Amino acid sequence: MPTLRIPAPLRSYTNGQSEVTVNGQTVEEALQDLLKKYPTLKPHLYNSNGGLRPFVNLFLGENNIKDLQGLGTPLKEEDRLLLIPSIAGGSEA
Amino acid sequence: MLPELSRQEILRYSRHLLIPEVGLEGQRKLKASSVLVIGTGGLGSPVALYLAAAGIGRIGLVDYDVVDFSNLQRQVIHGTSGIGELKVESARRRMLDLNPDIQVEVYNEPFTSANAMQIAESYDLIIDGTDNFPTRYLTNDLCVLTGKPNVYGSIYRFDGQVSVFDARRGPCYRCLFPEPPPPGLVPSCAEGGVLGVLPGTIGTLQATEAIKVLLGIGEPLIGRLLLYNALDMSFEFVKLRKNPNCKVCGPNPEVTELIDYEAFCGVPGHDHDSGAVGGGWDITATELAERLRRGNHLRLLDVREPHELQISRIEGATLIPLGQLASRLSELDSAEEMVVFCKAGTRSARALELLLSAGFRKVKNLQGGINAWAMEVDPSQPIY
Repeated sequence: MPTLRIPAPLRSYTNGQSEVTVNGQTVEEALQDLLKKYPTLKPHLYNSNGGLRPFVNLFLGENNIKDLQGLGTPLKEEDRLLLIPSIAGGSEA
Repeated sequence: MLPELSRQEILRYSRHLLIPEVGLEGQRKLKASSVLVIGTGGLGSPVALYLAAAGIGRIGLVDYDVVDFSNLQRQVIHGTSGIGELKVESARRRMLDLNPDIQVEVYNEPFTSANAMQIAESYDLIIDGTDNFPTRYLTNDLCVLTGKPNVYGSIYRFDGQVSVFDARRGPCYRCLFPEPPPPGLVPSCAEGGVLGVLPGTIGTLQATEAIKVLLGIGEPLIGRLLLYNALDMSFEFVKLRKNPNCKVCGPNPEVTELIDYEAFCGVPGHDHDSGAVGGGWDITATELAERLRRGNHLRLLDVREPHELQISRIEGATLIPLGQLASRLSELDSAEEMVVFCKAGTRSARALELLLSAGFRKVKNLQGGINAWAMEVDPSQPIY
């Protein structure tokens, strides 16, 4: 099954898991499966009208899914998705 | 005409002069170069030290903060003797000690839309070593609008990101992140913590990229984002493309001048968080202690992470980490009076919002968190 890399700021919503195995033929199905396992992640990925939040970046290998077929991008068994967070940190905050 | 090197400079930079990619001409290029470093904290520390050591002729530093004891775990340009001193002055002193042949210009002020253009105007390259979204978007837009390369770095706990955003040759920060996350969705370093050496790694990579860009050597991280994880010791790269709809670097930009970035991000870029939510929802540590002393029945809800209990605790509090709160509301009774707290009041403010939206009304936020409690009520507890 494909795996999805969870960035550190979101791991408190996945019981600390950094890599999650997800079921799905497409990126969208994989995300739905992820949210079924970890429902509290939802507001971090989707906005209220059901679209992916603009700062959420998903990469399949080294390519942004926006440059592939978006949420419809097909997934293979051995694929690895990277969720790239928007992090502000530098020194203080 | 590139500036000459003195005999002393030739000796100082001899290890650079031996590398063919730098050489005498490269070193003269560095001497003629200027770099503006935004922030002299975790990232700015190694950046400023290495750029000073490398002989960048003119380095500007922007920060408005003073050196605090809790900075020294990672902000290695400052020292214990500099606590309370302006960060830009403390940094300048250390840089000029390292290399008196360079010029260091300091701007002890917040970097804002009002002063950014003027401050940045005379510099060749900008380094984003900031700690907040408003200043990141400001730095990005400034670099796009003025055609300067922006060497980006950001950190969180064990994770870091590095890229070079040069809109003339590739994507900008907004191509990747068109909008910031809503306030409260992403924890800050002050709340989430950061491994002290992490900004050392990321800042050093930023300094490397800056020197490569200035010398025009190698393959800078233009159109690539480096993702570093210190725990796995993994370096991964992803490709970044220019977004044709980018609001600042696209062909039909909406942003053609600097905007109000605090409004854009919905958070203050510069004022330190007071740990209060306002609107009558706060209670001070002293008031809370008084109410407990009078025997008022109150539920204390600690929304920190379990490992933080080893640092400090308030007796009798219930622990539900913020990340679990939404799914554990059934453990709480909305009829009961409740005071929510965390380390300094940021996470508890978010918890309060969540509780209010779930219909809880008898809730208060402990202003300034358990640190305020340690300061005002229970000095046996450490402040962290």
